Amino acid sequence: MEWETVIGLEIHTQLATKSKIFSGASTAYGAVPNTQACAVDLGLPGVLPVLNKEVVTMAIKFGLAIGAEVAHRSVFARKNYFYPDLPKGYQISQMDLPIVGKGSVEIEIEDGKTKIVGVTRAHLEEDAGKSLHEDYHGMTGIDLNRAGTPLLEIVSEPDMRSAKEAVAYMKKIHSLVRYLEISDGNMQEGSFRCDANVSVRPKGQKEFGTRTELKNINSFKFVEKAINIEVERQIDIIESGGKIVQETRLYDADKNETRSMRSKEEAMDYRYFPDPDLLPVEITEDDIRSIEKDLPELPAVKQARFEKDMGLSNYDAAILTSDKDLAAFFEEAANKSGQAKLAANWVIGDLSGRLNKEDKSITDSPITAEMLAGMIKRLAENAITSKMAKEVFDAMWNGEGDADQIIEKRGLKPADSGEVEKIIDEIIANNPDQVEQFKAGKGKVMGFFVGQVMKASKGKADPAQVNKILSEKLK
Amino acid sequence: MSLDSDDVKKIANLARLQIDEADIPDYAKNLSNILDLVEQMDAADTDKVSPMAHPLDAVQRLRPDAVTEENQREHFQEHAPKVEDGLYLVPQVIE
Amino acid sequence: MSLHTKNLAELSDKLKNKNISSVELTQYFLDRIEKFDGDLNSFVTVAKDHALTQARKADEVIASGKAGPLTGIPIAQKDIFCTQGIKTSCGSKMLDNFISPYDATVVEKFNDAGAVMLGKLNMDEFAMGSSNETSFYGPVSNPWNTKCVPGGSSGGSAASVAARLTPASTGTDTGGSIRQPASLCGITGLKPTYGRVSRYGMIAFASSLDQAGPIAQTAQDAGLMLNAMAGFDPKDSTSVDKEVPDYTADLGENLKGLKIGLPKEYFGEGLDSVVGDIINSAVEQYKQLGAEVIDIELPNSGLSVPAYYVVAPAECSSNLSRFDGVRFGYRCENPKDLEDLYKRSRGEGFGPEVKRRIMIGAYALSAGYYDAYYLKAQKVRHLISDDFKQAFKKVDVIMGPTSPNVAFNIGERSDDPIAMYLSDIYTIATNLAGLPGMSVPAGFANDMPVGLQIIGNYFAESRLLNVAHQYQLNTDWHKQMPENYR
Repeated sequence: MEWETVIGLEIHTQLATKSKIFSGASTAYGAVPNTQACAVDLGLPGVLPVLNKEVVTMAIKFGLAIGAEVAHRSVFARKNYFYPDLPKGYQISQMDLPIVGKGSVEIEIEDGKTKIVGVTRAHLEEDAGKSLHEDYHGMTGIDLNRAGTPLLEIVSEPDMRSAKEAVAYMKKIHSLVRYLEISDGNMQEGSFRCDANVSVRPKGQKEFGTRTELKNINSFKFVEKAINIEVERQIDIIESGGKIVQETRLYDADKNETRSMRSKEEAMDYRYFPDPDLLPVEITEDDIRSIEKDLPELPAVKQARFEKDMGLSNYDAAILTSDKDLAAFFEEAANKSGQAKLAANWVIGDLSGRLNKEDKSITDSPITAEMLAGMIKRLAENAITSKMAKEVFDAMWNGEGDADQIIEKRGLKPADSGEVEKIIDEIIANNPDQVEQFKAGKGKVMGFFVGQVMKASKGKADPAQVNKILSEKLK
Repeated sequence: MSLDSDDVKKIANLARLQIDEADIPDYAKNLSNILDLVEQMDAADTDKVSPMAHPLDAVQRLRPDAVTEENQREHFQEHAPKVEDGLYLVPQVIE
Repeated sequence: MSLHTKNLAELSDKLKNKNISSVELTQYFLDRIEKFDGDLNSFVTVAKDHALTQARKADEVIASGKAGPLTGIPIAQKDIFCTQGIKTSCGSKMLDNFISPYDATVVEKFNDAGAVMLGKLNMDEFAMGSSNETSFYGPVSNPWNTKCVPGGSSGGSAASVAARLTPASTGTDTGGSIRQPASLCGITGLKPTYGRVSRYGMIAFASSLDQAGPIAQTAQDAGLMLNAMAGFDPKDSTSVDKEVPDYTADLGENLKGLKIGLPKEYFGEGLDSVVGDIINSAVEQYKQLGAEVIDIELPNSGLSVPAYYVVAPAECSSNLSRFDGVRFGYRCENPKDLEDLYKRSRGEGFGPEVKRRIMIGAYALSAGYYDAYYLKAQKVRHLISDDFKQAFKKVDVIMGPTSPNVAFNIGERSDDPIAMYLSDIYTIATNLAGLPGMSVPAGFANDMPVGLQIIGNYFAESRLLNVAHQYQLNTDWHKQMPENYR
């Protein structure tokens, strides 16, 4: 039987505020345990929450960016359950009137096509603390520094049909929250994590299968692996006559397996109700318009501009706008060099490749946009050849200075036309067979000649020039 | 609504309250009586009435995003039941 | 020197004129507490050293000529308000070891006003009760008859003022917890409009109903106390950003043309007839002062107790989840696992009434019952609130009994939650609506005090105090003192 996978994601993204959602304690990451947990975060008797304005603004920005309805009246609710990292015995979240309603994002799917993924809602809530399982005489230690950190929970429709699509969607949302500067998106620090609802059904069937919820996945790689392994598990069970149990499962990256946390039968009854300590949040049309005015350029708009104004291909523009910092790097390099297309090639090609290999992000690149632009400029005016450009690139990467310094220090200069002609003449003379073939109409042989010339010039010849002279001489 | 002993146990578990077995019938009786009292509400026609969560029709005031709290860990933990290395200790949490 | 018969303004004059120092005044009341509270049990904590330190400071302020109306005046706080460095028990074993690391806003405000805190007052556990019998520290006695309850939950607050162990005190009122004990103890109590006084640092029972207010000998004293307590607090999202008037400024206004509404529902079945007669004669007194009496209806009054016993327990079940034995308060011995820690800490730390309410609340919010109980109660709450809105189109204040009976015997209703809940039948509706209400001494039935309840429109505290004060100018019920404490 052919199976279809159905996936919906709940993404929790920490909002990049200075203080917590309901208290004036700092949200800075990595502090000594419980030094950033104030009376409100600890849920001391008598304390009360007061909502941080910035989290509301940030949520509205997100809503606008996905074309969603922003609620004019939004309500906070209590989700009641007992857990040591949840000081009050309830989490302040949103239920009935979330701040962001239905919206959507467009993702690229495998064959270069695009697909719309629906966002059901996005709501504000407070993060919990952390349980430290190192052994304190057989006990668990609780650090509440993270308690009260603002979260935006972004809930998708079950629109994704493969782990790859889920990753594409997650990357899209990641890129968006970073563009909007509402989250640092740092996955190692847990600022961006997701739960995946996964089910399978026979292809063509309308009803959804029973789903499981994979909890707390904090990398793109793990999302893909966790979903794939879970889909395999579900299909195995069904094909061997079993039934899927609706439950929460945990992905174990070390063993590459998912395992049951607790089944929904014994699941908690969260007893949501409107938080009486907080009043309804009112958001006026004016509030929304003024936030809209200050929105940064969003990826889709930027992509269109890169295509239209800079002449980039759809593919290149999509890659370059997938990350805010990458787009900014490219744009600076393109503007400073005046060579958008070349800049795009270098950023997508050599630079990204090198960053990837060394596990660095664009913001850690030892080659600045300005340095790259300097090199591209020289390349464009034929002051260096492509091969030399690669050499310059490597040297810049290794910290040997900017392009001009390296060119000068290493005496890099393309061969002049006299030299090139001399080499070409020799090669034509030494390869009469290939000359015959060319004349007989075998155009492919041109590549052979160019290769020979480039080899003989040790890369100092400019391929365009070589082509031109060769064509004339072989006529 | 009449609650039996099992209901009381379920609710006590939901609210994480240990109740002595011997006291359960008493709780069942009292809670059932309270629910009977509460169910007098059913007499009211509320089909067209909106729920009222707050006595005053006010909206949430928003606080500027500023860090105003300093570390007071030692002060807060002075009377805490069980702490070590600044952490609150609880029996092992198993995930 | 009978300083305990003086009201706050008189005491303040004595302090300013240097007839007496704050230290002497404070010691005077500490001595009275020492002498009389053994019987009454109105204090959980007497903060002797703290009080005398504050008094010495107050004397310096008075000497520098910068004294305000409450500088150097001893008061006492209900043990629901967090006081830094001093035990804040909320009447519960759960918090018997809780030393608050911070001050409630109300406490801060009294400190800023230069008042001296004598100690913390006994109360029903987590303010859940109408007789002060649910306290972990034992029942409080009514100074008018020590076999009787003082009312609750602010039982210690009312009894201590009635016995003049403190010139005035604070209370909190979620369903009548200031007014009912004030009525049963023959003193004056005011529950302000919801949001008028900050709830920050006041241990929450039911967040959408709780409101702090003064308990005092006179309406004028209550006004002086409210002047210190009221005001916007940025730490409480539900506190109202509205100017605080001088609540003593309008006390002298005459009552000609005042429209008093008498809801027929407050004079029906269940009301002790002697109590009813006393309320009627109080209303007669108002007529003589120029007021006009109008019969009104509050047709949904009968639903207020049922709705309240969903809303309040629902909120409390969630508010009290933080008492889990992890960060503060009671923790059971040797928990064998996490569940055991929760269940035993909470099971052993909370008394039976608190457990009942937590369970009712958890049940009313649980899956499958939310609509029938919680949502229904919120809708009924709307109906009750609308009743008052209609009434206040026609009248300035509403009057009736505070409590259907005088103080009952200790133990008489403690095994019957429903009978206990009905003690608050006339006070609960104002909490559901968020309106201000007062109880003013209006006479005696079987030698026990009876309180007249006066309900005002939103933020009409000045009017309420004016109406109460004019009555007190023409009657002396509020000056009556229980014999054994004179």
